Amino acid sequence: MQPILSISNLSKTYASGFQALRQINLEIRRGEIFALLGPNGAGKTTLISIVCGLVTPSAGSVRVDGHDIITDYRAARSIIGLVPQELTTDSFETVWATVTFSRGLFGKPANPTYVEKVLKDLSLWDKRNAKIMTLSGGMKRRVLIAKALAHEPRLLFLDEPTAGVDVELRRDMWNVVRALRDAGVTVILTTHYIEEAEEMADRIGVINRGELILVEDKDELMRKLGRKELTLYLQAPLAALPPGLERYSLALSADGMALTYVYDTQGERTGITTLLQDLSAAGIRFRDLQTRQSSLEEIFVSLVRNA
Amino acid sequence: MNLYAVSAIYRFEMARAGRTLLQSIVSPVISTSLYFVVFGAAIGPRMAEIDGVGYGSFLVPGLVMLTLLTHSVSNASFGIYFPRFVGTIYEVLSAPVSPMEIVVSYVGAAATKSIILGLIILATAALFVPLRVEHPFWMVTFLVLTAVTFSLLGFVIGIWADNFEKLQLVPLLIVTPLTFLGGSFYSIDMLPPFWRTVSLFNPVVYLVSGFRWSFFGTSDVNIAVSVGMTLVFLVLCLVAVSWIFRTGYRLKT
Repeated sequence: MQPILSISNLSKTYASGFQALRQINLEIRRGEIFALLGPNGAGKTTLISIVCGLVTPSAGSVRVDGHDIITDYRAARSIIGLVPQELTTDSFETVWATVTFSRGLFGKPANPTYVEKVLKDLSLWDKRNAKIMTLSGGMKRRVLIAKALAHEPRLLFLDEPTAGVDVELRRDMWNVVRALRDAGVTVILTTHYIEEAEEMADRIGVINRGELILVEDKDELMRKLGRKELTLYLQAPLAALPPGLERYSLALSADGMALTYVYDTQGERTGITTLLQDLSAAGIRFRDLQTRQSSLEEIFVSLVRNA
Repeated sequence: MNLYAVSAIYRFEMARAGRTLLQSIVSPVISTSLYFVVFGAAIGPRMAEIDGVGYGSFLVPGLVMLTLLTHSVSNASFGIYFPRFVGTIYEVLSAPVSPMEIVVSYVGAAATKSIILGLIILATAALFVPLRVEHPFWMVTFLVLTAVTFSLLGFVIGIWADNFEKLQLVPLLIVTPLTFLGGSFYSIDMLPPFWRTVSLFNPVVYLVSGFRWSFFGTSDVNIAVSVGMTLVFLVLCLVAVSWIFRTGYRLKT
């Protein structure tokens, strides 16, 4: 199936000479939730802004559902909804007016029934006649989402949707995003919260210094996440591994005082019991032991540091 | 053509004027009335008739133009500057809307507002002085052309300005002096020859003169020249706007 978004060799160099994106290649599958992770200034917002038409690319091409974002911008943009990072709203407008405005702006005829549904789904219905400036930050965020959904987009960008949002509202937001995915909307979100990516995403992309350094299924990442290390500290140094223990792929430290075993916590058998029995049978005695789990956060940090 | 978008922006802008009714309508009406009280009632009777028109009546087209120019510029510049300032412009830029549609809706709304204002001023003036319109068609044509041209200029200023000071700068330093020196309160024939020649470089002279001709049938400069110069200025503004969108100047990075 044709991807809903395909980005090829996309680069962006700002007038200041700052290279915000380098040769980005990315395809987003229809109906998935894709989380784009990256430190501040990595290029997340630039990438989104190019797709949405706010920033002009320096090189490369972007197609939304087969429509080029430059030559066929009308078709491309009418598919996209954007929830920006900043809470930029028309303070003096009412919720109803601003959402209705967005629908018209994106070329759709008025449809009060649909707007009503969007407002109800986002728990904004009671506030429909309130001026936006009287709303709390979390409510303003919802208004921005309602505006982005007003024209029934098939591809929704959420730029840091839960930045500065309290825990309860964040859960609500996740439910909204899941409901959208269930309704067939493809969602691309950027986030700082790794748990958010873990919770929500089908796939995860990591961007750093304008380069996409990893794109992977979340489950695959979680497998890496589920990997643990067992380190055994020995009473006496070992010159070499005793024979018969090859199948454990043990790593012996340089001083011969520690053995490291990597296992999968999600696996049916971790192999720890037999390993300890075999080691004991080989006459190896332990002084101490330690287990360690690598988190997505660590994977992320090491990726970003090594890049 | 994304007509839904044009109508959405247009109605949004018109609604904005509705919210600031006092500022948009009442204050210009009061200031025009003050002009009539001071120049029309107090000073007017001491002035000689100009081309057979009493000074009070002579003032009317100039005052309408003065309001039309300043409000077209301020309305249109604010209309596009404000969303840039607060950041809501992102939505318009990410919408399936062509630059032409953006200009038509923003400039159209600003021009509509100043035309309505011009007509209100005209009605207010009719309460103070006798008024006749010899060429209603040309009167409306000048009203519309001027409102559109200066709304375009305002749009350009609203995009060029990157702070509120600059937004005020052009109207204050250029538009107001040009309108005051453009024959709103006098016929340029009253000026010494040197300053008369200088005045001919002022585009506002042609607008005021043409507009006044549509009322009284007399003018400082030939009516064809007036129309021509107005159109030249309109084209200049259109060129500036199309350059802005072609280059993404101050809109896109």
